[in-house]
Amino acid sequence: MAEHAQASPEAPPDTRSGPAALAGVAREIGVAKPDPVLVADSMVRRFGGVTAVNVGHVEFQRGAITALIGPNGAGKTTFFNLLSCFDQPQEGTWSFNGQILNGVAPYKVARRGMVRTFQLTKALTKLTVIENMRLGAQGQRGETFLGALSSMWGSQEREITARADALLERFKLDHMREEFAASLSGGQRKLLEMARALMTDPELLMLDEPMAGVNPALKQSLLGHVKTLRDEGRSVIFVEHDMDMVFDISDWVVVMAEGRIIAEGTPAEIGSNVAVIDAYLGTHHGAELSGGLAGES
Amino acid sequence: MDWGFITTQTVSAIFGPLAVFYVLGAQGLNLHYGYTGLLNFGQAGFMATGAYGMAIASAPESAGGFGFPLWVGLLVSVLATVVFALLLGIPTLRLRGDYLAIVTIAASEILRIVFRSEALEDFSGGNSGMNGFARSFYDANPFSNGYRYQFGPFEYLGKDLWVMLVGWALVVIAAVLTFLLMRSPWGRVLRSIRENEDAVRSLGKNVFSYKMQSLVLGALMGAAGGVVLALYQNLATPDDFGTKATFIAYTALILGGAARVGGPIVGGMIFYGFFTFMQVTAGQMAKAELLPTSIMDDVQAGIVPFLLLGLVLMLLVVFRPQGIFGDRREIELDG
Ligand SMILES: Nc1ncnc2c1ncn2[C@@H]1O[C@H](COP(=O)(O)OP(=O)(O)OP(=O)(O)O)[C@@H](O)[C@H]1O
Ligand SMILES: [Mg+2]
Repeated sequence: MAEHAQASPEAPPDTRSGPAALAGVAREIGVAKPDPVLVADSMVRRFGGVTAVNVGHVEFQRGAITALIGPNGAGKTTFFNLLSCFDQPQEGTWSFNGQILNGVAPYKVARRGMVRTFQLTKALTKLTVIENMRLGAQGQRGETFLGALSSMWGSQEREITARADALLERFKLDHMREEFAASLSGGQRKLLEMARALMTDPELLMLDEPMAGVNPALKQSLLGHVKTLRDEGRSVIFVEHDMDMVFDISDWVVVMAEGRIIAEGTPAEIGSNVAVIDAYLGTHHGAELSGGLAGES
Repeated sequence: MDWGFITTQTVSAIFGPLAVFYVLGAQGLNLHYGYTGLLNFGQAGFMATGAYGMAIASAPESAGGFGFPLWVGLLVSVLATVVFALLLGIPTLRLRGDYLAIVTIAASEILRIVFRSEALEDFSGGNSGMNGFARSFYDANPFSNGYRYQFGPFEYLGKDLWVMLVGWALVVIAAVLTFLLMRSPWGRVLRSIRENEDAVRSLGKNVFSYKMQSLVLGALMGAAGGVVLALYQNLATPDDFGTKATFIAYTALILGGAARVGGPIVGGMIFYGFFTFMQVTAGQMAKAELLPTSIMDDVQAGIVPFLLLGLVLMLLVVFRPQGIFGDRREIELDG
């Protein structure tokens, strides 16, 4: 597919991108990444008296899977909203592929290849599952007024449908193809939303709790799919409370608490970080984080 | 009671120019509300820009107009409607849906009051309106204007047949356009916006632009209705474009079924047929003195159809919100 070109891996000699390049990175908050895809700087978002996000500096590595974790109310979703321009911060700048995103319309952010999903799913309930999927495709000729009337969009529509069907199969939604999305369960809506985001062929995919309510067997297969996305050279940032998933697939973990970033590092390091355990459990607990957090989630 | 008279009047109404007026208004609302979820409560305003654009530009100078040829008048109608839609859409379509509702209902009333104001009588004719612009339209009539054409028990003036021919042609054009657009990816974006704007934004679609396109296109359909009415009467009067026209168009839409191409057509015809039936029947009953004047005189009887109309709309919304054709899973009024 022609659109895949934008997300295709960098030329092999470039070893700065991808997960491997993270090995040499210092373990400190706000550390520079070898090849950042997304950079946030001094971002502050207050709701009345509550400071939901107060992030000094953070970079996300291109071609890697980064987990954003933290207790409930830490500001993860708010941070996602700011980064994807669905909400505006009081202060700060952020950039995607080196382009500043301040004041950019959310749809333009998505067109540039940075696509997000929502924690509270936004399935288009009165459209069928397959129509939800088709909507995700970019650059559709039939989506302009004149293009729609010229009926030159039929062949492209067939291509899009084929791609959508392949994804639906992967996400075990193919049997629901012709159903209205309203008839999907909560977990199935999560799946549909993620699959629909993939229809945009994103360069950077931002998932807000993609696995909430998804059954374990399917979760495993989807984790495999996320890894495939990385292997194709795409970047993934996801918010998740399920620590098994975090430890299983992420290359890097960023931890938020009370709006701030309190730690970042490899999953193993984060698992034994005292500050992180404190943030999750309130007091110094001393238990193995992986065990303790699995109980929490 | 003359049942033959009641029947012919009703059937004539179903196919008459006023039915066309409401059908076109409702098809525009179908695009706005049925497919895009835009709450336009000022469709009458767009119908007015259609009628008045043509009337002011093409009425003879002796009648206070500019005396331009009719095709220039139609161009002015289109332009005025597009400008009016942009004017209302630009500040409101980025905001929550209710703002559009408030702004459109207010703006359409302002427009009507401006058109009927005495201060602007030289421009828009005040409360008696603008007339005399339709001459060249009737000159082009392939039927003979004054001749009564018989179709079985029905009889139409050649002049009315010509308006109906043009009117229903416009209905067909609007329906075909709606059908083609709504089965395309463009229509898919519109239907998605109706469900959840943020989801559509997150997939890289310019929601504002689509809402604006929908607003303008639906407004133009309403304007076409206004043009048909004005041509039929050879007159544009302000009070044809009160909020009543908007809500009758909504009733027709909901009756027929929103988000269905045929909905507004069938809804508009049934609505106007039913309405005329009630009016003629009430008039006949009053005439035959079937209603004691102590209960109701014939002026009061004329209001009964409106009362029943309100009742029908209420019953529809409660028991069959999807209308005659709608699919309840796809369109719900609480959505
Ligand atoms: N629209 C809003 N208005 C007011 N306060 C808000 C709003 N959105 C978020 N907040 C506040 O900001 C803080 C962070 O919320 P956020 O949803 O970002 O947390 P989160 O880390 O995503 O939590 P969770 O894991 O439960 O999803 C919370 O204290 C919340 O109450
Ligand atoms: Mg959240």
